[in-house]
Amino acid sequence: MPILSFLALPQDGGMEQLCNDLSAMEYCEIIPAENQEVIVLVTDTPDVEAEKNLQKSLKNLPSLQSLSMTFGHNAEQ
Amino acid sequence: MKLNRRSFIKSAAVSSAVATAGSIFPGISFADWKRVKGAYGITWKKAPCRFCGTGCGVLVGVTNNRAVAVKGDPNCSVNKGLCCVKGYHSVQALYGRDRLKKAQIRKNGKMVEVPIAEALDVIAAKLKETVKKHGKDSVAMYGSGQWTIPDGYVASKLFKGCLGTNNVEANARLCMASAVTGFMTSFGIDEPMGCYEDIEHADVFITWGNNMAEMHPVLFSRMLASRKRKKDVTIIDLATRTTRTSQAADRSILFKPNTDLAVANAICYEIIRNGWMDKDFVKKHTTFHKGKTNIGYGTEDHFKFKDKPENMSFAEYKNFLEDYTPEKAERISGVSARDIKYMASLYGDPTKKVTSFWCMGMNQHVRGTWINNLVYNIHLLTGKISTPGNSPFSLTGQPSACGTVREVGTLTHKLPYGVVMKEKARKKAEKIWDLPAGSIDPKPTYHTVEMFRALDRGDIRFMWIQVTNPMITMPNLNRYRNGALKDDRFIVVSDVYPTPTTDVADVILPASMWIEQEGMYGNSERRTQHFDEIVPGPGDTMSDTWQIIEVARRLGFKKQFPWSQKNYIGKIWEEYRRFHDNPKHNMAPYEVLKARSGVQWPFVNGKETRWRFNSKYDPACKKGSDFDFYGKKDGKAWIWARPYEPAAESPDQEYNFWLNTGRVIEHWHSGSMTRRIPILHNAVPESYVELNPEDAANLGVVNGELVKIISRRGSITMKASINGRGVPPKGMVFVPFFDEDYKINEVTLDAFCPISKQPDYKKCAVRLEKA
Repeated sequence: MPILSFLALPQDGGMEQLCNDLSAMEYCEIIPAENQEVIVLVTDTPDVEAEKNLQKSLKNLPSLQSLSMTFGHNAEQ
Repeated sequence: MKLNRRSFIKSAAVSSAVATAGSIFPGISFADWKRVKGAYGITWKKAPCRFCGTGCGVLVGVTNNRAVAVKGDPNCSVNKGLCCVKGYHSVQALYGRDRLKKAQIRKNGKMVEVPIAEALDVIAAKLKETVKKHGKDSVAMYGSGQWTIPDGYVASKLFKGCLGTNNVEANARLCMASAVTGFMTSFGIDEPMGCYEDIEHADVFITWGNNMAEMHPVLFSRMLASRKRKKDVTIIDLATRTTRTSQAADRSILFKPNTDLAVANAICYEIIRNGWMDKDFVKKHTTFHKGKTNIGYGTEDHFKFKDKPENMSFAEYKNFLEDYTPEKAERISGVSARDIKYMASLYGDPTKKVTSFWCMGMNQHVRGTWINNLVYNIHLLTGKISTPGNSPFSLTGQPSACGTVREVGTLTHKLPYGVVMKEKARKKAEKIWDLPAGSIDPKPTYHTVEMFRALDRGDIRFMWIQVTNPMITMPNLNRYRNGALKDDRFIVVSDVYPTPTTDVADVILPASMWIEQEGMYGNSERRTQHFDEIVPGPGDTMSDTWQIIEVARRLGFKKQFPWSQKNYIGKIWEEYRRFHDNPKHNMAPYEVLKARSGVQWPFVNGKETRWRFNSKYDPACKKGSDFDFYGKKDGKAWIWARPYEPAAESPDQEYNFWLNTGRVIEHWHSGSMTRRIPILHNAVPESYVELNPEDAANLGVVNGELVKIISRRGSITMKASINGRGVPPKGMVFVPFFDEDYKINEVTLDAFCPISKQPDYKKCAVRLEKA
């Protein structure tokens, strides 16, 4: 049941799209910066399977340019 | 605080990401954090910080009705997301263990808890009885620059309007009165013409006796940031002791106490001698004046002074300045002629924008009005005023010294509009307050020092003290504490914690603190800042405003205080706004204040005014004018010939040291709140005396050893601090006043500026002994 946080950078001009995409995904919460094209993404998944699926979905997100992890916690470890 | 483990980890995850973003993208802001759905159980609400006059916007994090976190409000132009150490820890002050939660009444010499309604009954009955027995001027209200605007407004309405006594004063008399009289005598209207945006425009900053690094740290950091960004910015610290501000400045210049008067005149002399005067500006926008000299110090009861302004010509003014050549001023002040010429050259350089900052150093000064006038002279002679970056800027010490005391007018001679001496102002107040004509007395009564003297003498028998701690902060404290303790005096104290002032109380009312009530403050740059009730107060706590309303109703003034507890703040604000319904002072509507992180007045046609008296920015200026100093009838500012005069008490053979007092960054005023914040208390747990290392060696004391400080009024023994964050020059000691265990004001002198009646806490004579 990991909790992770990331800095998510959108493709050029794609801030709004990325916000929409991430907001629509299960287990994701976002905090968009108000003066930069940067989003704080926090993921909180219930199990390993959900975590794997989420990571896969994130990797395939066309509006996402890069994802940098800033925090990680796994309750099962 | 109920936060489950998982929420806590998520908060940590967010904090980590935000911190990382901050290091990669300087200045990045996540204001919308508060709006994120389910933001880990914390909601964020805006408020102004209550721990100085800067007016930083903060976002208070609340969970389960408890304030648990603070961050700077990025939407507030004052601090742009920054806070100082007091701001970041401010909410902890709400939750000290010994918070006053119940009303108390002195019965048979002991304070006993009672329902608050009973305490309010007793206050109303005692007020009535005292007025009946001793007359209307035997009762007084003593408030604060930490009063919210509604607090001060209802106090003035009850005492000045309904009871007909002008016995209303506030502790801002002790911190800002000289700034007011400085503005009034130079410009005919109060409060700064500039705003904090001057910081980003200025090329030169001169701080006059103002340790901004500790007292206004967020503004100081804006100054430092501007210097870093623009490269060609110069900061000069002109002061009587070396501080953190001196260390960060490009040049630190020390002057002997009270001689800033000579330095300022010498700068003016140099400006004229070198042809740096802006002749067109001076001719078009200024007139020259002189007043009385040898004006006394107010150390005696019933002291009276009235200045007598006279016109003078420019030639006469120039002749007056002959006594202040840089060389002559050097002999008076100890500032080298070279440094005086250097400062004059900065003010005189037409390519440089200059902002002067000051606060208590110039205001707590036996010639406080004069030194305010003299710094305005410099800016007026050079035409460096009322334009972005060119600003003589008087900073305030308290969150609403401007909003509540200066704008609402909670001083003996003032009304929300105008002064009690003017019939027009009285009539306006009587109309808005729905009172019969003649209700307001045309004569001012007592300024603060004289009010406490009147309490000691017995001319005042009843005093209600709100949001301030005079039994720490009054100078020559022994006299005033003994006066308050006399048998037939009745003292009511509304506060949030026990203090030396609640110790002298006959009734204690538990007050709501800061964000436990709705209210407004007004900061140094004419910015009114609204805050909601964000968390509930504990026990029977009640806002100071509502306490006054309850007593007013018990006295039969229901018609004047008709509001419901649900919406009284909005109603009071809209009534108060009627006093300022003109383009020189129009205030923003309640709904606008609620929506924004502060709004500057004059607020005209939906727009804030950044720079007053300049027609480019200020709609109150006469059409077709460039500058219009409309506080004066002819639209011209006054340049004053004010001489150097010495302090009330200077070191002599018996008392051979200057005593200077002030604050430290960690503590707010008398420490009653910040000393209950563990991290701030632990940082500076007790007061101390700063000594010059040479004086310490001569006295044979090292850091931490005890020193006895003795004046003609009292003595105190405390630990020495040598080469600490502040270093006084030889012959001076400095003591912070925040610590109630070391009441330095038992040692200070109650001399004041005869014009402003503001006491001088920076200068008296003491001698030292190794204890």
